Amino acid sequence: MKFSEQWLRSWVNPALSSDELAHLLTMAGLELEENEPAAPAFTSVFVAEVLSTAKHPDADRLNVCSVNVGEAEPIQIVCGAPNVKPGLRVPCARIGAVLPGDFKIKQAKVRGVESFGMLCSGDELGIPDGVDGLLVLPADAPVGTPIRDYLQLDDRLLTLKLTPNRTDCLSIKGIAREVAALTGSTQSAVEIKPVAPQIDAVRSVTLGSPEACPRYAGRVVKGVNQAAPTPDWMKQRLLRSGIRSISAIVDITNYVLLEQGQPMHAFDLAKLEGGVNARFAKPGEKITLLNDKELVLEADMLVIADEVKPVALAGIMGGGHTGVETGTQDIFLESAFFAPGVIAGKARRLGFSSDSSHRFERGIDFGACRDALERATQLVLDICGGQPGPVVETVATLPARLPVALRVSRVAKVLGLALPADEIIAILNKLGLETVLAGDVITVTPPSYRFDIEIEEDLIEEVARVYGYDNVPVSASVAKLSMLPQPGNLRGKHVLKAILAARDYQEAINYAFVEEKWEADLAGNSSPVKLINPIASQMSVMRSTLLGGLINGLKHNLNRRHERARLFEVARVFNGIAADAQPEKIAGLAWGTREAEQWGAGKEKVDFFDVKADIEALLAPRVAKFRRAEHVALHPGRSAEVIVEGKTIGVLGELHPRWVQEYELGSAPILFELDVAALLAVRKQASKPVSKFQPVRRDLALVVDEALPVADLLAAFAKVKSPLITGIELFDVYRGKGVEDGKKSLAFKVLMQDTQKTLTDEEVESVVAELIRRGEGCGATLRA
Amino acid sequence: MVANVQAILEEGLAALAATNDPVELENAKARYVGKEGAISALLKQLGALPPEEKKTFGATVNQAKQAFEAALNTRREALAAEKLARQLAAEALDITLPGRGRSAGGLHPVTLVQQRIENLFRSIGFDVADGPEIENDFHNFAALNIPKDHPARAMQDTFYVEGADEPLVLRTHTSPIQVRYMLDNQPPIKIIAPGRVYRVDSDATHSPMFHQMEGLWVDEGVSFADLKSVIVDFLRNFFERDDLQVRFRPSFFPFTEPSAEIDVLGARGWLEVGGCGMVHPNVLKNVGIDAEKYTGFAFGIGLDRFAMLYYGVNDLRLFFDNDLSFLGQFK
Repeated sequence: MKFSEQWLRSWVNPALSSDELAHLLTMAGLELEENEPAAPAFTSVFVAEVLSTAKHPDADRLNVCSVNVGEAEPIQIVCGAPNVKPGLRVPCARIGAVLPGDFKIKQAKVRGVESFGMLCSGDELGIPDGVDGLLVLPADAPVGTPIRDYLQLDDRLLTLKLTPNRTDCLSIKGIAREVAALTGSTQSAVEIKPVAPQIDAVRSVTLGSPEACPRYAGRVVKGVNQAAPTPDWMKQRLLRSGIRSISAIVDITNYVLLEQGQPMHAFDLAKLEGGVNARFAKPGEKITLLNDKELVLEADMLVIADEVKPVALAGIMGGGHTGVETGTQDIFLESAFFAPGVIAGKARRLGFSSDSSHRFERGIDFGACRDALERATQLVLDICGGQPGPVVETVATLPARLPVALRVSRVAKVLGLALPADEIIAILNKLGLETVLAGDVITVTPPSYRFDIEIEEDLIEEVARVYGYDNVPVSASVAKLSMLPQPGNLRGKHVLKAILAARDYQEAINYAFVEEKWEADLAGNSSPVKLINPIASQMSVMRSTLLGGLINGLKHNLNRRHERARLFEVARVFNGIAADAQPEKIAGLAWGTREAEQWGAGKEKVDFFDVKADIEALLAPRVAKFRRAEHVALHPGRSAEVIVEGKTIGVLGELHPRWVQEYELGSAPILFELDVAALLAVRKQASKPVSKFQPVRRDLALVVDEALPVADLLAAFAKVKSPLITGIELFDVYRGKGVEDGKKSLAFKVLMQDTQKTLTDEEVESVVAELIRRGEGCGATLRA
Repeated sequence: MVANVQAILEEGLAALAATNDPVELENAKARYVGKEGAISALLKQLGALPPEEKKTFGATVNQAKQAFEAALNTRREALAAEKLARQLAAEALDITLPGRGRSAGGLHPVTLVQQRIENLFRSIGFDVADGPEIENDFHNFAALNIPKDHPARAMQDTFYVEGADEPLVLRTHTSPIQVRYMLDNQPPIKIIAPGRVYRVDSDATHSPMFHQMEGLWVDEGVSFADLKSVIVDFLRNFFERDDLQVRFRPSFFPFTEPSAEIDVLGARGWLEVGGCGMVHPNVLKNVGIDAEKYTGFAFGIGLDRFAMLYYGVNDLRLFFDNDLSFLGQFK
């Protein structure tokens, strides 16, 4: 809601500066969004009259003017404006004036002729009027009056950002009521008297859907001068409220909307066929609106119809055909109340909003429709003339205003501040809410202009905001001391993030909506969850894998000349729409050299096993099994399922060469994606005794077929149930000289230890022999 | 004879002093005090001397021997010290070379700020809750006192999701987490709910996906004064400024009553940092909590906004570009 401060002050004028008023409104819940001057600062500009003009002797385009500035003697001013002529009243900047842009007016000689000031255009005063040349003032503008006073330029334009509940403040009347309540100032409201009918002309009013439109008042005014100019004061107030002047009648309806908060509509009476009916649209009915939008009406849209056709989309916009236009002689004025629930959402559905729909969908004062109609009638008569007919008003059941009970004790409980009953009552009364006190209970019946007082808490809020939120004490909160449980078998997500960050991964955050192609390419998902209203086609489906975002992140960084990247993300994915189909995943990507390029280190590319170690670190102390996997995104020979305690918890692998090429990555990143839930479970480790005796190490080099997985050999070793073995670890894989083609040599470190005694050679050798025997079972031979 | 001893000793000492080579040194030892050495040879002459001379000559030779050996030891130690010094000098590193090995990555600034805030609230007993991001109308709107076509829905432009009998949405706020938690738990309830939320909006200050954190405390006797106290305490600790000015400005949210916007006073005036209020009785009723017995407050803040304030980031879009040059600044 944008309005002129001076307009408001003509209704209520508290002894507050503009900034103080703004602060008061903001702290009462009517947030001041903007506070801008109506015109920039300038000084010493007065209304002046051009008495005569004469051509400058040395310059064709200049005139030497004699100007009456309200003093005994006229002054001489050289003026270059094309529209200057004798008799005009225009703004004149006197010597010593400072115009916007710090432009100082001095006595000067213009091409040899003395000039004692400057005649001004709107642009030069910072109030652009679109005219090339001087700002022409009305012929009755009083000469010698400061222009700032005459044009009321010391006004400020205030914009309130109103919350949807405060529809009662969508008018000057409403804001004035609020300011009066907050400051205790008296209001001088515009006096509205019923306008006596001069003719009998009427149009009948039918409430075809009385729940949707329980009140409709209409009036015929005949013989109006549609072409009458809108008075400057009205134009200016509209303009300062952000509304363009169109024609006197339209301006009047807009003015009443701003002043009274009642959306009005004026029909061209000649275009209305018979009486009007507020009813829901019938199947197939169409209307073309004032904004030229043509639409087929839907059954839940309320219309104003004459006896033949819909003539307005009720509460939203009038029809183009029946609107007031050049040549209109007779009008039909409408002032109605439409139920908020009926209007709500319709304009949005149609893709626009109007000042009218904005108010009706929040609720307007259904007690003031008649007043607004009288006000509009009077303004029409004053400005356009004409003869009014009687008001025809039909009223059905208006919204109930049920009494709301407020317990004094509840105020204390909710606010944490014990206010006495009389103070609460004083606050409510200030707001125009009538109260009845009985014991602890104050009963309030809300007025017709308040749609936001239905329960006790609504009144508590009114009390609190007028009392001032800042005045509610900040007491130290008191709560029972109870510790948050820390389950030993769970860890937080942040632990996982910390592990990856410590292992050189940078956390990324990607949008959850992705390109549909990514889902097909990287998850083999041909039916992803789709958005009905995506912001862009490449963000149209919900991802079921985090891999796309990471690959995209890699591309982004490659384009910025990064030579290496480690990224990870933790986020939900969407396998479906059910709450349990949105698990959290943790995914990572590694690309480029194993280690950042540095002195004294190799330039090997990161590979499957580097990332496998990252996954093992994420899982520790639990140990995963890795099984060859088929995954649409990954290289079939270089990918694995990650299995923990018999359950697949994710995948790891190199990006499939197909996608490396298609996504133009140069070389393949290693990717992984795991279930977060599976990683949060941890086993509390029970401690084992540490032996005091020396451990023994034996190395074992076995030659096996290239195709034999190491895991098979380790599984065979595991069948040796010796309590002496404390660990078997692979420490080298060798191919080449000394090992025949098609074979590889695997070197294991076997650690043995007894908790009771030092091991003997015999014991050690017997275990080693058993391990070798098991190895031979897999086709292994001891390396010579 | 005695003069001869002195001459040999001096010659020997000169030989020790003349060499820098440990092998030479040991050779010199052999030449003078070895079995066949010059000084040792003098002792062998002892037997041929008259008894009265034997004693003084013997003493002189022994003194010479000791002097030589002492000089030898000093020289040995000096050579060893020189050798060590040379070795240490040779082994010296350019300690200004960079450290080697795997560098560390880092967390996203929004995560870092989220962790910071979680820690602050955990320290006063708030637990962290979570929930799905595709939500139904009930959890995202209806339970929160936002009926269909309520103008409040226009405040948040909602993403809708295909494929359901009832309308499904991408949650527009983290409030549905609170709804779910309250449906599953009775008071006392003290939680914060951080997470990703979605609105149809995209420019320099709006991202279609962003992060919110909401808090909820429902118990007997929780009041607006408690709300103010917790929020002020949080903001002062988050920004580490005990004198931070915080104000509460009346506002409107369908799910709280009274409602307030939270402003902090920054260098350029008041800055809105969040919204809050007392949980609306309808919300408590919708989740089966006795609204007469229990009261509570809820608040919500934008984590991205807090991260921008905390780290001095001026463009929201940087958080979602995943540019390593930007992200790498935060550890």
